[in-house]
Amino acid sequence: MQQIPWEVMLILLPLAGAMACFLWPRRTLLFGLISALGVGGCVAGLGWRLLEQGAQRYAVGGWGAPLGIDLYADGLSLLMLIITALVGLGVSIYSIGYFERRQAILFWPLWLLLWSALNALFLSADIFNLYVTLELLGLAAVALVALAGGANALTAAMRYLLVNMLASLCYLLGVALLYHNFGSVDIAILAQRVEASPAVWAAMGLMSAGLLLKSALFPLHFWLPPAHASAPAPVSALLSALVVKASFYILLRLWLEIFPQTGAAPGQLLGVLGAAAVLWGGIQALRQTRLKLLIAYSTVAQLGYLFLAFPLGSSFAWKGSLYLLLSHALAKAAMFMAAGNILRFCGHDRIADLDRVAQRLPVTMIAFSVAGVSIVGLPPSGGFIGKWMLLEAALRAGQWWWVIPLILGGLLAAAYIFKVIGYAFTQAGVLRQTNKVPMSMEWAALALALAALLLGLVALWPLSLMEIGLPFGGSEVDAIQRAEQS
Amino acid sequence: MNWDAGLPLLIVATSLFSGLMIFFLSEKHVVARTTLNLGGAVFKLVLVGVMIWGVFHGHHYEARLPLLPGLDLLLRADAESMLFVVLSSGLWLVTTIYAIGYLEGSPHRSRFFGFFSLCVTATVGVALAGNLITFVLFYELLTLSTYPLIVHRETEVARRAGRTYLIYTITGGALLLVGTVWLYSMTGTLEFAHRGFVAGLLDTHRVSLIVVFVLLVAGLGVKAALVPLHGWLPQAMVAPAPVSALLHAVAVVKAGAFGIVRVVDDVYGVEATTKLGVSGPLAALAAVTIIYGSLRALFQDDLKRRLAFSTVSQVSYIVLGIAIIGPIATTGGLVHLVHQGVMKITLFFCAGNLAETLGIHKVSEMNGVGRRMPWTMAAFTIGALGMIGVPPLAGFVTKWYLGVGALDAGQEWVVYILAGSSLLNAGYFLPVLYAVWFKPAPDSWPDERSFGRFETSWALLAPPVVTALLTLAVGLLASAPFSPLQWARFITTLEYMP
Repeated sequence: MQQIPWEVMLILLPLAGAMACFLWPRRTLLFGLISALGVGGCVAGLGWRLLEQGAQRYAVGGWGAPLGIDLYADGLSLLMLIITALVGLGVSIYSIGYFERRQAILFWPLWLLLWSALNALFLSADIFNLYVTLELLGLAAVALVALAGGANALTAAMRYLLVNMLASLCYLLGVALLYHNFGSVDIAILAQRVEASPAVWAAMGLMSAGLLLKSALFPLHFWLPPAHASAPAPVSALLSALVVKASFYILLRLWLEIFPQTGAAPGQLLGVLGAAAVLWGGIQALRQTRLKLLIAYSTVAQLGYLFLAFPLGSSFAWKGSLYLLLSHALAKAAMFMAAGNILRFCGHDRIADLDRVAQRLPVTMIAFSVAGVSIVGLPPSGGFIGKWMLLEAALRAGQWWWVIPLILGGLLAAAYIFKVIGYAFTQAGVLRQTNKVPMSMEWAALALALAALLLGLVALWPLSLMEIGLPFGGSEVDAIQRAEQS
Repeated sequence: MNWDAGLPLLIVATSLFSGLMIFFLSEKHVVARTTLNLGGAVFKLVLVGVMIWGVFHGHHYEARLPLLPGLDLLLRADAESMLFVVLSSGLWLVTTIYAIGYLEGSPHRSRFFGFFSLCVTATVGVALAGNLITFVLFYELLTLSTYPLIVHRETEVARRAGRTYLIYTITGGALLLVGTVWLYSMTGTLEFAHRGFVAGLLDTHRVSLIVVFVLLVAGLGVKAALVPLHGWLPQAMVAPAPVSALLHAVAVVKAGAFGIVRVVDDVYGVEATTKLGVSGPLAALAAVTIIYGSLRALFQDDLKRRLAFSTVSQVSYIVLGIAIIGPIATTGGLVHLVHQGVMKITLFFCAGNLAETLGIHKVSEMNGVGRRMPWTMAAFTIGALGMIGVPPLAGFVTKWYLGVGALDAGQEWVVYILAGSSLLNAGYFLPVLYAVWFKPAPDSWPDERSFGRFETSWALLAPPVVTALLTLAVGLLASAPFSPLQWARFITTLEYMP
């Protein structure tokens, strides 16, 4: 039976949508929303097939690797696609109210292009296609940052562009080295051929350095706060929730499949940097006086958690890290949207002057607080589940010291989140000059925040999706657990 | 889903539902809000009644929802949880009535009652939690839902108190979480069991178990206000009176104390606790807290602050009773969970009445107030005498069981602590009572408001009178079936008898 090529549609549909939006600017909104809903449907279709048939490799145009382009979908790709679609739908709805016509015409094509690049990235089966998609993603993201206009945004966009170029260049050098040595760029083929050698270490080092720069791991995070804070709110949401995760995803694929080196020195180093990011990001977030910068530094901290799985290396730890990634994507998108609402409402985002705003935008404030629960890692939320898994993995592995950043990071997060929430409970005068915030913007933020909360109650479902194609290897922790219980 | 699994969920869900609904009501919908409040409270109480009936007729109420592989969200009705559920849902109804009267006409009532209901949801969840992770979940929810209540007044003092509260409780929650995960990584289960579930690890993981015990007790001790983790409690008394009543008698400090009961009895079990040598230090810590709290209470002129330090001291009776390790003392500790609740809630209601009706906030302003507000002050007197331990009131029963239990367990020093503490209790309550009844009243009260026929509005007057009568009843009828004491003895049999 001929199967519907959901993978290809996931890439082509938003691309076609972007073209259509570009060619018929009067119908931007219509094409944009159709594409967004369509991508949602395609993800559902692909998910359904993966559930039934397991991980899938799809040769585009019938030409398999190494000649043609292969697409590969397993549980890891699927979850990334799902989270992209969820955040994407939320951002799409949010942006209807956010952008005026003139900006909407520019936003939609770029956003759909970004979405297409993200989907292609999560489905790529070879490291060269990953490079191509990474470049596409970066260019679309830079253009989106510049969308706000003004000197600040342009400077931030320029810096973002340069960082992106440098990072991509590093990555490409690594790809070239691997291709030269092993004659292939296909991940599965490389996985069989790669053996530890100086060239491989150099290639992996270059690729990882590039990707770490893109994932803004401490101390390579310097570019992130200005870029994420100066962009328009829906763009900030996309950048923090999805774009930085894309490079982390590639990093996962490289270290998990091509060159598994768990527990070794590089893993420990990444763990240390992750821990440093958690603490540094948290402290910096606490020191900010502007809401969007606070949220951006919180992203630096939260990205640090993801790297704590590298020194642990057990499949349980990887899953915990991925779980944190998913919940952070939802919660952080909700937070940036809430910040966007506040900014729209009163024209500034100075934290100290929020008292007059908080009580006038209850839905936004609830969205921010609920998202905050997940960011802090309090139950019941996706952030709690992820943290629990990492804590458990660390203690089971006997590496108890990783507990410290996990807990301290949570305390710091509580401090900076409640610093904001506290302003909802002040006696404040009435604010005169305000702009109306459309309902769709308030509720889109709340919906994503609630989704992050819900992740804390339905954990078994995403966790079972992570088993498709065993991207994290056999679940040895579960085996140990079963052995202990019996 | 069958009824036996549905009932615990329903009991938690009633107040969750009414709380969420209340958030969507505007300030003006007083009738709808009051209906939801009282309806939720009464319905919950009825369901708890059904559950008690069911437990006696051999029903096993248990609801499981998978949370993580191998870990469930587990709500279960066992003997301990019933004790706490009855206390919290019963006193919730009384406090709701009081709060409706107390906050009449003040701003942000929908927000207040929404979080008020969430707070009780969390407390009932803590009570019904059948394993440690469920407990942690509701324990954290309790932190989150009480914060808006503490800062409800929105003054600078209230916000500072709220900040202090969060710093203490979130740090405590983090310690509890680490302890829980660590325990799970050793045992592979977290389900509460009579006599605990760590016995098999005593020889191999001795040090880890001790560290985990310290982590758990430190995390729980924050809410139970064990010295030196009590700093937030006296500050939090800036909250409105019904919140203080809830915090001190039903929800927060009780959740901490109840957690310590769970850890000693159902996580470690009394045998393991003794073998690890952690029961002695815990008892000593409780004793220090009892004396320290009473000493500080002596010197407070602010009435609610005096009551707050009294709570610090009284809640540790529960911990002391558990830590003595012996059936009679444990009974005393468990029963104090209920007794302290009804006594302290009476006292806070009365303090709230004084503040609302006459504008009295300080002990030094209370001269002769007994003649102005005889019913309120009669209730206050019963509560205060109960705290001192005058027979036949609730506090006496507790102290009797603690004393006899300590002697039974061969720990005479506890009797001296009890005697000293009772003296101090008398020291900070009797002068108040003397001033209230025998000193002449001043010419005018600080800020008097008239409520017509009664000394104050009926919604403020009825709750303390009811809880004062309860204080009397649980003491007088201590040996009647279904009294808190009998129930506590029943729990103790499960824990100690072979």
